[in-house]
Amino acid sequence: MKSFTPEINMNEKVIDIHNLYKSFGSNHVLRGIDIDVHKGENVVVLGRSGTGKSVLIKIIAGLLKPDSGSVNVLGQEVDKLDNVALRELRLKVGFCFQNGALYDSMTVGENLAFPLKRNTPNITHAQVKRMVTVVLEAVGLAKTVDQMPSELSGGQRKRIGIARTLILRPDIMLYDEPTAGLDPITCTEINNLINEVQRRFHTSSIIITHDLTCAKDTGDKIVVMKEGKFVKRGTFDEVFTTQDDLIKEFYDYNFIQ
Amino acid sequence: MDSNIEQPEKPVISKGIDGFFKDIYNIFSFIARIFAEAFKRPIEVREVIRQCFQVGYKSLALITMTGFITGLVFTKQSRPSLSEFGATSWLPSLIAIAVIRALAPLVTALICAGKVGSGIGAELASMRVTEQIDAMEVSAINPFKFLVVTRVMATTISIPILVAYTGLVGLLGSFLDIHLNEQTSFISFFQEAFKNIYFLDFITTGIKAVVFGFTIGVVSCYQGYHATQGTQGVGKAANISVVISMFLIFLEEVFIVQIANSIR
Repeated sequence: MKSFTPEINMNEKVIDIHNLYKSFGSNHVLRGIDIDVHKGENVVVLGRSGTGKSVLIKIIAGLLKPDSGSVNVLGQEVDKLDNVALRELRLKVGFCFQNGALYDSMTVGENLAFPLKRNTPNITHAQVKRMVTVVLEAVGLAKTVDQMPSELSGGQRKRIGIARTLILRPDIMLYDEPTAGLDPITCTEINNLINEVQRRFHTSSIIITHDLTCAKDTGDKIVVMKEGKFVKRGTFDEVFTTQDDLIKEFYDYNFIQ
Repeated sequence: MDSNIEQPEKPVISKGIDGFFKDIYNIFSFIARIFAEAFKRPIEVREVIRQCFQVGYKSLALITMTGFITGLVFTKQSRPSLSEFGATSWLPSLIAIAVIRALAPLVTALICAGKVGSGIGAELASMRVTEQIDAMEVSAINPFKFLVVTRVMATTISIPILVAYTGLVGLLGSFLDIHLNEQTSFISFFQEAFKNIYFLDFITTGIKAVVFGFTIGVVSCYQGYHATQGTQGVGKAANISVVISMFLIFLEEVFIVQIANSIR
C-alpha cells in the first residue's frame, strides 16, 4: 500500500473518456470504455496481455485515433485537435514507454535535453544542464548523464524514460507496463519512483500493468480490463475481495503462484 | 453503439490491387508531406548538415576507390578496341563522355543506394520498432520533419556533390592509365577529354544526380518510417530500400537520357 495520502481533487477531472471504441481490421480491441482520472490521482489499468490496455493510453496521447467515443484530456477532445494544439497538449502529457524508448544514438544527458531544447528554443545551455541534473537526481541516476542507453540496465532505462518525460513538467503521466521484465527489487524501486513522481510533481497518472504488486503499491483506483471492456473498478481491496473468476485467477497467479 | 459488424473477406486479387493503389497513394502523400514540412519553420539546418556529413563525408572513401577504379578499368577495356582502328587518341574523349554522362551518376547512386539507403532504412525502422519515433511524437517533437525531411534533404544535396567528385576521380583514374601508356600530359588529357562535352551534359548529369539523391532519400525513409514486424522489419526495410532505390535509379536513368537525347 502507499506510504502517503495523495492530494486528489475529486472535483477536477483531467482525463474523461466516454464510450470509447477502437478496432484494427476485424480485431475489436476497445469495446465501450468509460474512465475518468481526477487531478492528483493514480489510476491503474490491470489486465492480461492483448486486452487493449496500451491502445487505450496511445489514444489518450493522440498516437492512435479512436473509432468512436469521446477522449477528453485537460478539457480538450484529443481526436479533434489540429497538429499545433495536439503538440501543445502533449507537453502536458508524459508517456513512459515499456522499454524506455531512449534515443540510442544519444547519451542519457542528450536524451533528456533533446525534448527540452526542442520545445523551449530560447533556453540557455546552463538552464538545460541544471534541469537535466534535477530530473536525473529525482530518478536517482545522476551519474549516468554521459552514458549511452546501451550501457544501462532495464530498470535504469525505465527510470531515464521517466526522467525524460518529467523534464517537460507534465500534468499527466501515462506509464506503459513500468515494471514488465524487471526483478522484484527493481519493480519496488520503480513503484516507489511512480509514487514519488505523484507526490513531488503533483501529477495524475494512468498506469498500465499486469503486475498486482505494482497495482497495489501505486494505484489510488484500480480498473480491471477484459476483452476491451472494464469489468471491475474500485480501490485495490474493493476489486480483489470479489468472487469474479478472472479477478480471482489474476490474484492467485500473482500472489499465490 | 457496437461497430462490430463483420465484413466479408475480400478475394486475394482484389486485396492486392487495393494494396497497390493504397501504396501509390501513401508514397505520393509522403512526398507531398516532405515538401510541405521542408519549408515550415524551424528549418533543421544543424540536423541537415549532420546528415550531409553522414551521407557525403562518410561515403568518400568508398566513392573515391570505386570512381578511380571505374575510370581506370574502363580505359583499359576500351584501349584494345580503339587501337585496332588506330584511334587511341580518342580515349580521353570517349572516357569523359562515358564517365560524365553515365558512369559517375550511376555508379555514385548505386553505391549510395547500397550504403546510405540501407543505413537510413535500417536506422528509421529500428527507431520505429523500438518506439523511439513515438517517443518523439509524444514529446511534442515532429519526428517526420526531424528524421525524414532532414535525411531526404541531405541525400538530395550530398549525392550531386558526390557525383561531381566521382566524375573527377574517374577521369583521374583514366588519366593515370593513359599517361602510363601514351605519356599524355595532364593538361592535354583534360583538353581532349572535354572537347566533346557540352553544357547539356553537365545539366543532364546534375538533374540525374538530384533525382537519384531524392529517390534514395524518399525510398529509404519511407521504408524505415513505416516499418513493422519488430526486428525482422528492420532487415526488411533495409533490404527493400536498396532494391527499390536501385530499380528506380535505372528507370530514371533511361527516362532522363531519353529526354536529353530528344533535346540534343
